[in-house]
Amino acid sequence: MLDRDGLRARALAALDKPAKLGADLDLNRYEKASPPRPMLSASELRSLPTADRQRMLLAGVDLNGRDRCGTYLLVDTSVLHCSSQQEGVEVTPLTGALESLAWLGDYYWKLVEVDADKYTASAELDLHDGFLIRALPGSRSIHPMQACLYLDREGLQQNVHNIVIAEEGSELHVISGCTTSTRLRGGLHVGVTEFFVKKGAKLTFTMIHNWTEDMAVRPRSAARVEESGLFVSNYVCLKPVRSLQGYPTACLAGPGSVARFYSILAGSPVSDIDLGGRVVLEEPGCRAEIVSRAITNGGRIMARGQLIGKATGIKAHLECRGLIMGGGAMLAVPELEGHADGVEMSHEAAVGKIAQEEINYLMARGLDEEEAVSTIVRGFLKVEVPGLHPLLQAELDRAVTATQEKSM
Amino acid sequence: MLVIEGLQVEVGGRMLLKRIDLEIKPGETHILFGPNGSGKTSLLMAIMGFPNYMVRGGHIYFMGREITGLPIHERARLGLGMSFQRPPTMHGLKTRQIVELCARGKVDAASLARRINMEHLLEREVNAGLSGGEIKRSELLQLMAQDPDLLLFDEPESGVDLENIALVGKTVAWMLQKDVEPAQGEPPPLRESRRQRTKMGLIITHTGHILNYLEADRGHVLFDGQLCCLGNPREILGCIGRFGYEECLRCLTATG
Ligand SMILES: Nc1ncnc2c1ncn2[C@@H]1O[C@H](COP(=O)(O)OP(=O)(O)O)[C@@H](O)[C@H]1O
Ligand SMILES: [Mg+2]
Repeated sequence: MLDRDGLRARALAALDKPAKLGADLDLNRYEKASPPRPMLSASELRSLPTADRQRMLLAGVDLNGRDRCGTYLLVDTSVLHCSSQQEGVEVTPLTGALESLAWLGDYYWKLVEVDADKYTASAELDLHDGFLIRALPGSRSIHPMQACLYLDREGLQQNVHNIVIAEEGSELHVISGCTTSTRLRGGLHVGVTEFFVKKGAKLTFTMIHNWTEDMAVRPRSAARVEESGLFVSNYVCLKPVRSLQGYPTACLAGPGSVARFYSILAGSPVSDIDLGGRVVLEEPGCRAEIVSRAITNGGRIMARGQLIGKATGIKAHLECRGLIMGGGAMLAVPELEGHADGVEMSHEAAVGKIAQEEINYLMARGLDEEEAVSTIVRGFLKVEVPGLHPLLQAELDRAVTATQEKSM
Repeated sequence: MLVIEGLQVEVGGRMLLKRIDLEIKPGETHILFGPNGSGKTSLLMAIMGFPNYMVRGGHIYFMGREITGLPIHERARLGLGMSFQRPPTMHGLKTRQIVELCARGKVDAASLARRINMEHLLEREVNAGLSGGEIKRSELLQLMAQDPDLLLFDEPESGVDLENIALVGKTVAWMLQKDVEPAQGEPPPLRESRRQRTKMGLIITHTGHILNYLEADRGHVLFDGQLCCLGNPREILGCIGRFGYEECLRCLTATG
């Protein structure tokens, strides 16, 4: 049962509760509302201004719908489009779903605590919308569902809550692009996402964030993976952002389940980024991998990772690599916790600058210093995700290359 | 033509190369011998322009132009190229990509790779987890793509297995236009240009195996920071093999 009143009461009590990590933002500085916008048909989507569509495309969202099984678009506080072309994959605006689907009470705020901090609290009290994406049991889609969370209104706090469910034996891929119009200077994006991967299901979630210099972002997400399930989360954030803090957590609750977190980050001189990844391995035979690559460019990046092994025969690895270019600070904090015999957990962390030897090697092949450095940086940011569908790997690569071209 | 005059090079706070004079004319290939640690690699690195190998005196000219102070990539673009003894591993960069970078785009990486038995390694990261012999072949592949006029080889045959040694030897010979017969399936334009031999080579070798595959013009021995002898590379190799470096140098200096 969905008890909105109970949730609201807990949220109200947490409205001034700072998060454990990250700068404490003053939520009163942000607007919580914006004028509603009308829904658009698929063809109307294609006639949105080119500049806006270009921004979305950079975040992996193609409004032509090519190679996608459906599209969800939220602009500021309004859902503009929501449709699926794939049998077995449903997409629904969350606010509507909360009213019509009683069973959603078993999912809504079940993995993330509504009173975790002021951001989760605010997301409940002033929820704008979000998506419910569900792959029906046994359904398999190769093409990803795409969701775009777009900010256009200056100074808005966009509150989004998403739920993604991969039912038993299903395979679901989602690309989520969060971005802003070129006009926008600043705002706050609060995104709560809860992932449910049922027995034997496979869910990959590729999130591409392209923000602007004055944006603050507070993702709050968690996943629960059942027996033999696979959850892959890719996160790319290479454009400047003022303040970003999140610590997505996956709980491997069934034997033989697997979680992989991959994040690729670049900070600008004004950035303060604190991003983690945590996996709790609760059952025998669970596997986890957390990989993070980050580049600072005068700003500050904290890359956290935590593996908690609670059962025998689990295997997990954490890899955290940081490059410092042009000043700034890069902090890597890997943590391992073993609570049972026969856990196998390891980590490697490295923070440094580009090796001069590598630059020289490429220069001996005829590249000038700048070309050599950008070639090495591209290589550093290139992450090959095991088990990721080639189409999504290509999308990930494209996101990295596209932002590199613009910023380097 | 490469001309080196009175070159002095400091490495790691030590004047390693005291006085190097060397001249390689178009079409010539020279062999560089010398004991371990004598500075052979350092000489090649200094010619290529690596900043850790600090030139403290003397001059390097290439094709009539002084290159002593030029950055590495400008030398590369003038036509100098090197196959490294211990190249770094380049994470996130595939061998195919570096081959394309070497050739500045215009290259059929697969067919070049086939020549040197590297086709199956094109999608691997550059030098990542490669065996000693594979690294040598990867270096040759990149150099082939780069196609420089002066080719510096740092022990191209060390660590190469018996199966591939002939392949490496013949490829080096082909790159230096020193192969006796044109290789099979070689594209005609290259064969044409071969009539007029222009490529220059400087090859460091320990074993001398490379001499079984190409006719080198001169040999040098690097000892005590100087190139102390000049002669037929096979004779020098035979002498070093029989008497060792010190004895050999005494003999050669006495007679030469
Ligand atoms: N980058 C470097 N920094 C410090 N010492 C070096 C460096 N490169 C070479 N050396 C030293 O210089 C000497 C000559 O090295 P090298 O040129 O590699 O000799 P070779 O190739 O003849 O074996 C050695 O003693 C080596 O340790
Ligand atoms: Mg050497």
